[in-house]
Amino acid sequence: MATVTLKPIKTPELIFEGYSITPDNFAGKTAAQIADLPGHEGKILMRLGDFFEISGNAGETAADTNIVITGDCSRVKYIGARMTAGTVTVNGNADMYVGGWMKGGKVHIKGNMDSFCGIQMEGGELICDGDAKNHVGCAYRGDWRGMKGGTIRIRGSAGNDIGTFMLGGTIIIEKDAFIHVSTHAEGGTVIIKGDVEGRVGGQMVKGDMYVLGKIKFMMPGYQKVDTVEKEVDGVTYKLDHYIGDLGERHGKSKGQIVYANLYVPAAA
Amino acid sequence: MPKLIKGVGCPYCGSSCDDIEVLVSDDETKILEVHNACIIGTNLFHHANDPTRPKLPRMRQPDGSMKEVTYPEAIDWMAKTMLKAKKPLIYGFGSTNCEGMSAVARIAEKAGAVLDNCATICHGPSFLAIFDNGYPSCTLGEAKNRADVVVFWGCNPMHAHPRHTSRYSIFPRGYFTQKGQMQRTVLCIDPRETDTAKLADHHLMIDQGHDYELFDAFRTVLRGFDIPETVAGIPREKIKEAAEIMKKAKFCMIFFGMGCTHTDGRNHNIDAAISLTRDLNEHTKCSIMAMRGHYNIAGPGQVWSWQFGFPYCIDLTKGSHAHMNPGETSSVDLAMRDEVDCFVNVGTDAGAHFPIQAVQHLKKHPFIAIDPNFCMASEIADLHIPVRIAGVDEPGVVYRMDNVPIQFRAVIKGLPGVPSDEELFDMVYERMCELTNTQPVWLAAKADRKYPESPAVI
Ligand code: SF4
Repeated sequence: MATVTLKPIKTPELIFEGYSITPDNFAGKTAAQIADLPGHEGKILMRLGDFFEISGNAGETAADTNIVITGDCSRVKYIGARMTAGTVTVNGNADMYVGGWMKGGKVHIKGNMDSFCGIQMEGGELICDGDAKNHVGCAYRGDWRGMKGGTIRIRGSAGNDIGTFMLGGTIIIEKDAFIHVSTHAEGGTVIIKGDVEGRVGGQMVKGDMYVLGKIKFMMPGYQKVDTVEKEVDGVTYKLDHYIGDLGERHGKSKGQIVYANLYVPAAA
Repeated sequence: MPKLIKGVGCPYCGSSCDDIEVLVSDDETKILEVHNACIIGTNLFHHANDPTRPKLPRMRQPDGSMKEVTYPEAIDWMAKTMLKAKKPLIYGFGSTNCEGMSAVARIAEKAGAVLDNCATICHGPSFLAIFDNGYPSCTLGEAKNRADVVVFWGCNPMHAHPRHTSRYSIFPRGYFTQKGQMQRTVLCIDPRETDTAKLADHHLMIDQGHDYELFDAFRTVLRGFDIPETVAGIPREKIKEAAEIMKKAKFCMIFFGMGCTHTDGRNHNIDAAISLTRDLNEHTKCSIMAMRGHYNIAGPGQVWSWQFGFPYCIDLTKGSHAHMNPGETSSVDLAMRDEVDCFVNVGTDAGAHFPIQAVQHLKKHPFIAIDPNFCMASEIADLHIPVRIAGVDEPGVVYRMDNVPIQFRAVIKGLPGVPSDEELFDMVYERMCELTNTQPVWLAAKADRKYPESPAVI
C-alpha cells in the first residue's frame, strides 16, 4: 500500500473541481505526475499542484493507493468521485459530490460534506464524521436508477432528499434528517437514528426505512401492520412496522403485493 | 390617422394573450390606446411611451456615478469582461424573445459561462419533476374546450395571470364546455383565502408546506385505502369529497404554481402532482400544467433544450459538454457559494428577486444589466445596456405557458440606435470572436437577418 499525501496550499478563488482526486487516477503515478493531473476552476484548466503540495508516489493499482488530504477541502468538489478501489481520507471538510458514482474503495471525510455525496453510488464505503447537506445517496436529476449499492454512514445530520430513487445499498444517518427520505425508492435501506421532519417514504415502491427518533409528520399513505423485534446497525429494538406508500404502485412477489417498510420505535 | 393594430401579443404574464388591440400614433412612435388587455398588460404597453427610457448604455465610474457611453464601448467592455471571468453567470430571460435567448447561448458558449433563466427561482423544480416523472400535459385550448373540473394548486391567477380564468380556465365557453363557468367545478388548494380561492367552489385551506402529504392522501384515497383523520390540516371527509370530484370529472385540469414549486420539497410536490394526474387517468382524463410566470419564460426551456439538451442551470465552463444540476449550477446557489465571478442580468431583475445575500455576493464582481428600463439590477450594475422591448418595439417568437409558440409583433418603432437583445448579443459575440481570433460561425448562418434596417417591422 502506498500513501499519497495532499497538503492544501491555496484556497481556490471560486471552486476547484478536483475530479482527478481518486486512487484510480493516481495509480502508477509519481508525486510529480500527480501534481500535473487536471482539474477545473471555472473554465480555467488547472493542475492539482496549483492547490496542493503532493508527496509520496501512488501504488501500482488503485487498490494499492491511499490518498490522504491533510487539510480543509471546503472548496474542492468531486473528491473520490467515480473511484473503484483504494482509500481517500480528508482531514477536514469536503465540498459537493464526495464519492459520487463510486463503485468501490473507501472514502472517509473527517469534517462535513456538502450536497450530492454518494449520488448514484454503486459500491464501496463513504463515511463522514460530520454533517452532510442535501441529496445524500440520491439519483442524478432525471435518473430513475439511484444508488445501487455500498454503504454511506453520516455520523452527524443530513438535509433533505436522502436516497431518492434508491435501488440498493445502505445509508445510515446517525443524527437527524430534514425531509424526503427514500422518495421513489425501489430498494435499499435507510437508517436514521435521530428525528425526521417528515415525508418519509413518499412515492416509495419497495425497500426498508428505520427511523429511531421521531417523525414529526407521517405520510398519510403508511399503515401500521404489526410490531416486530429487529436488529438495526447492531442493536436490537422493538419496532412498529408500517407499510406503504399505499398511494403508489407496487409489484407482486409470489402472489403477494410487496410494499415498502417503515420501522419506528414501538409505542410503549 | 392613428392605426389600430389587431392580434397583438401581450408581453407580460404567462397567459401570453394574443388578442390585444393597440392604437398607435400616425408615425408609429406612440401607443395611444390598448384594448382587451388586463390592467397589467395595458400599463406595460403604455410604459413604452415613457420619455425617460434609456437610449444609451451607462457605465459605472470610479466615483460611483453612472456615465453614458456608446454602444461599441459597452459591447467591447462586456465582451472583454466575460472572456476574462473564470465563470460568468448569465441569468434572466423572463421577458425577452426566443431570438435573444438563442443569440445569448452563443456568448455563453464562447465565454464558458453558466446559462440560467428565471425558472431557477420559479418553475425550475417543475422541470426536475418532469425529468423524473414525465409531464402529462395539454394545451390551454384543450383545457378551455374540455375541462369541467379545474384545480388551482398553489397559484392565484386572479392576480398573477389576470385573464387566465377568462380566456382558458374558468369562464370561457368551449366545445364541450358550452356553459362556461356554470359547467365547471373549481377547486382551489391554497393556505390563504386568495381571490382565486374565493371564486372556487371548494377551497381546501391546506397547512402551508404540506402539499406533498395532501397529494399522497389523494392518491391513497384513489387506490381505495383509508387515510388519517386530517392530512395537512384538511379533514378526511373533505379530501375524499375532492378526490371524488376529480375522479368523476369528464376532464380534470390541474394548474399549479409557486405555492408548490417553492415550498419545502419543491420538485417532489410537482412530482407527486404528476403521479396524481397519472392515477386520475385510470378513472377519467386528467392533465396538468405549470402556471409559468412570464409570457416567454417557457421560451428558454425550449430554445436551450434544443441547443444544449437542458432547459436551465446549464454549466458550459468545460467547453466540451453541458452540465446541469440545480442545487449546484443554479444561479442563487452559485452566488451564495461564491462560485461565479461575473454576472449578466438580462430581461429580468435579479436585484429585486434574488435574496439580498446572493446579490451582495454577485456585486463583488462585474455586474452587467441588459434591460429596456431602469430597474434595481440596472441601478446597482457596473454596466447597463438598454435594448428594445420584445413584444412592443421588437417582434419575436414566444412560448406560452403550455409551450405553444406564438409570433409576437412589434407595434411601434424602436428607439433610434437602440438594438434588440438579439442584435446586441450578436454584436457581443462578434466582438468576442475578434478578441479570441476565432470565426463568428453562428453569425454567418443568419447573415441575412443581422441588424435589420427598419427595427420595428410590423
Ligand atoms: S393576462 Fe397576462 S398576457 Fe393577458 S393581458 Fe394580462 S398581463 Fe397580458
